[in-house]
Amino acid sequence: MRYLLRRASHALFLLFGVSVLTFLFSALTPGNYFDEMRLNPQISQETVAALRAQSQLDHPLPLRYIHWLGGVAHGNLGFSFAYNSPVGPLLRTRACNTLLLAGTATVLAWLIGLPLGIWSASRMNRAPDKLVSAGTATLLVLPDLVLALGLLILAVRTGWFPTGGLTSTNYNGFSTLQKFRDLTAHMTLPVLALTLSALPNIVRHVRAAIADELQSPFLRAAEAHGIPQRKLLYNYAVRAAANPLISLLGFSIGTLLSGSLLVEVIMSWPGLGPLFLESILARDFYVVIAGVLLSMLFLVAGNLFADILLYLADPRIRTAERSQ
Amino acid sequence: MSTLRKLNSVFLTPRTDHQLSRWLLFVLALHFGILAAGFFAPYDPADQDRDRPYLPPMRMHFLDAQHHFHARPFFYALRLAPGSFDQYEEDVSAPIPLRFFTAGARYHLLGFIPARRHLFGSGASHPTPNNPPPRLYLLGTDAFGRDLLSRFLFGGQISLLAGLLGAAVTLSLGTLVGLTAGFVGGWRDDMLMRLAELFLALPWLYLLFALRAFLPLSVSPVQAFFLVVVVIGVVGWARPARLVRSIVLSVKERDFVRAARGFGASDFYLLHRHLLPETATVLFTQAAILIPQFVLAEMTLSFLGLGVPEPASSWGNLLAALQQYSVLVSYWWMYIPALLMLPFFVGYLGLASALQHRSRPFKMEAGVSQANSELPVAVSKEVAGA
Repeated sequence: MRYLLRRASHALFLLFGVSVLTFLFSALTPGNYFDEMRLNPQISQETVAALRAQSQLDHPLPLRYIHWLGGVAHGNLGFSFAYNSPVGPLLRTRACNTLLLAGTATVLAWLIGLPLGIWSASRMNRAPDKLVSAGTATLLVLPDLVLALGLLILAVRTGWFPTGGLTSTNYNGFSTLQKFRDLTAHMTLPVLALTLSALPNIVRHVRAAIADELQSPFLRAAEAHGIPQRKLLYNYAVRAAANPLISLLGFSIGTLLSGSLLVEVIMSWPGLGPLFLESILARDFYVVIAGVLLSMLFLVAGNLFADILLYLADPRIRTAERSQ
Repeated sequence: MSTLRKLNSVFLTPRTDHQLSRWLLFVLALHFGILAAGFFAPYDPADQDRDRPYLPPMRMHFLDAQHHFHARPFFYALRLAPGSFDQYEEDVSAPIPLRFFTAGARYHLLGFIPARRHLFGSGASHPTPNNPPPRLYLLGTDAFGRDLLSRFLFGGQISLLAGLLGAAVTLSLGTLVGLTAGFVGGWRDDMLMRLAELFLALPWLYLLFALRAFLPLSVSPVQAFFLVVVVIGVVGWARPARLVRSIVLSVKERDFVRAARGFGASDFYLLHRHLLPETATVLFTQAAILIPQFVLAEMTLSFLGLGVPEPASSWGNLLAALQQYSVLVSYWWMYIPALLMLPFFVGYLGLASALQHRSRPFKMEAGVSQANSELPVAVSKEVAGA
C-alpha cells in the first residue's frame, strides 16, 4: 500500500502545483473580462465597477488563490463571467460530451490497436508487419489538424455524415432509435479522427512491447520446451508485455479530456475544447483555470488508475515494496 | 561482446549514417525551398487579385482546343461562368504559356538580396505597367484573390522559423536546467526536477493555450510571432532538461571527467569541454522531434486565431479559412496547402528515427528498438518508464 500512497500523494502534489502555476500565469494577464465590458456604452460604469468588485479580481493574488481553493474544497469552481453562471455545471455538460467522444474513440483505438500490434509483432519483419508499420507511419506524420480537416472535406463533399454539432436541430422530436442513430451519425466523424490519431501510438507500443518479450530468454526456453506458437504468443508474451501497456492505457485514459481539444473545435463538437477556446478569447478567467485543472485531474486519475492496475498485475512491485 | 561491437561498427553504422544523411539532405532541401520562397513563388503573398476570389487551381495543358500539341505547357485563363458569381470556366481563346525565370514582383532573396526573378511565371518577359501579363494560379486563390502557392511558400517561412526558434528556446532552456540540475545536485536538483515533472504532466495543448490566454490577444504580426515562439519554447523545456540531466549524472562520474577534475579543471571547463559535448546527440535527436511538433503548435495557434494574424501568412492561418462552412463546401483547393506540408513532417520523422538508430546501434538488429525509437511523440519513453 505504501507504493500506492506514494503515487497518490505525488498526484495531489501535481494538482496543487498546476493550480498554483495557472494562478501565477494569470497574474501576468494584461486586461480582464471587464475591460471590454467597460467599453460597452449600454452598461453603466457603476454596474461594471460593482460586478468587478463582486468578482474579487481586485484582491491580491494570494488572497484570491486561497479564496478560490476554499471554494474548490466546497465543490465551487468559481464563476464564469461570460456565461453568468457557476463554472461547475457549465463544465459538467461539456465534459460529458467530451467524454462521450473521446471515450468511444479510445475504446475503439484499443480494440483495433491491440490485436493489430500483437499480430504485427508475431510476424515481425514479414509482409503483414511491414504493411502495418507503413500504415502507422503514415498516420503518425498526419497531423490532427490536417486529418480532421481532410475528413471534414470528405464528409462535406460526399454528404455521408453531418459535419458539426452533437445532434440535429429537431433532435427532441425523435424516437429513441432515431435519437441513437442521429447521435451516432454526428459522432462518426470526430470519433474517426480521434481514433486514427491515437491508433499508431498504440499499435507501435504494443508491437514493441510484445517483440521485446518474444526476444527474451524465458520465451526461447518455453519455445524449446515445445510449447505451441499460439500459446507462446497469447499466454506468455502478451502477459509479460502487459506492464508498459497498462501504463499506456492509463495515459490514454488520462488524456481523454485534453486530447480531443483540436478535433472538437474543428468539428464544432460542443465539448470542453470549444468552451476552453472561447473562454480564453473572452478572458473568462475561472473557466480557463477550471478547464486546465479538470484535464489535469483526469491525467492524474488515469495515471493513478494505471498504478493501481500495475500494483495488482505485477507481483514484482509488491515484493519490491515488502522487501523495503 | 567485442566481436559483436566490431560487427556492428562495420555493418550497421555506415548504413545508418547513410540513412541519416539522406533524411538530412531531404529536410535541408525542403527548408531551402521555403527559404528561397521569393524565387519559387510566382507572386507576392500579399498581392490581391480582387476580380478573382476563390479561383480554382488552373489545369496544365499540352493540347489546345484544336488538338495541336504544344511543347511549352500552357494554361487557360479562367473567367466567371455566365450567370454565376463563383463558378469559373476555362477561356479557351486566352491561353497563358508557362515561362521560366520570368521577371515579376520584387522580393528579397534570403531576406536581404533584392531580386525580381521567379522560377516560373506567365507570358511576356517584359511586362509593362499598363498591360500586366495574365496571372497563373497553380493552386488557386483565396478569398482576396491571393495566390495560394505563394502564400504557402511564404507562410512556411513563418511557421518553420517559429518551429526552429521555439526549438532553440526550448533546447537552450532545457540544457541550462538539465546541466544545472545534474551538475549542482542537491535540493536545487530536486526542486528543478519536481518542476519539470509538473510541466511534463500538464496536457501540453492546454498548457500552450493557457499560457497564450494570459498574454495580450491583439498584437501586431511581428509581436505575435515572437509571442508564439516564446510560448511554444517555454512549454517544452522539461523533457530535454531531464534527458540532459541524466546524461550529466552518468558522465560526471566517468574516469576522464574525474581525471580532469583531479587536475584542477574548473567547473566551467568541465561543463563546456566534457559534459556539454556528451549531450550533443540527445539534443540533435530532441531537435528533430521538437521542430515538427512546434511547427504544428504554431499552426494550431494560428489556425484558432491565437497566433500570427492576417495579413501575414502562416501555415496555420492559411488553413483557418477552412473553418468556414462555405469554404469547406465549395472551395476544396484551400486544403491543398495542408497536403503540401506533409513532406516536412515525413522528413523530420525520418530524421528523428535515423538519429535515434544512430545513438543506439546495438539493439538494432532485433527490430525492437526500431519500433520504439520511431515514436516521435512525447509519450513513448515517459509512459514506458514511469
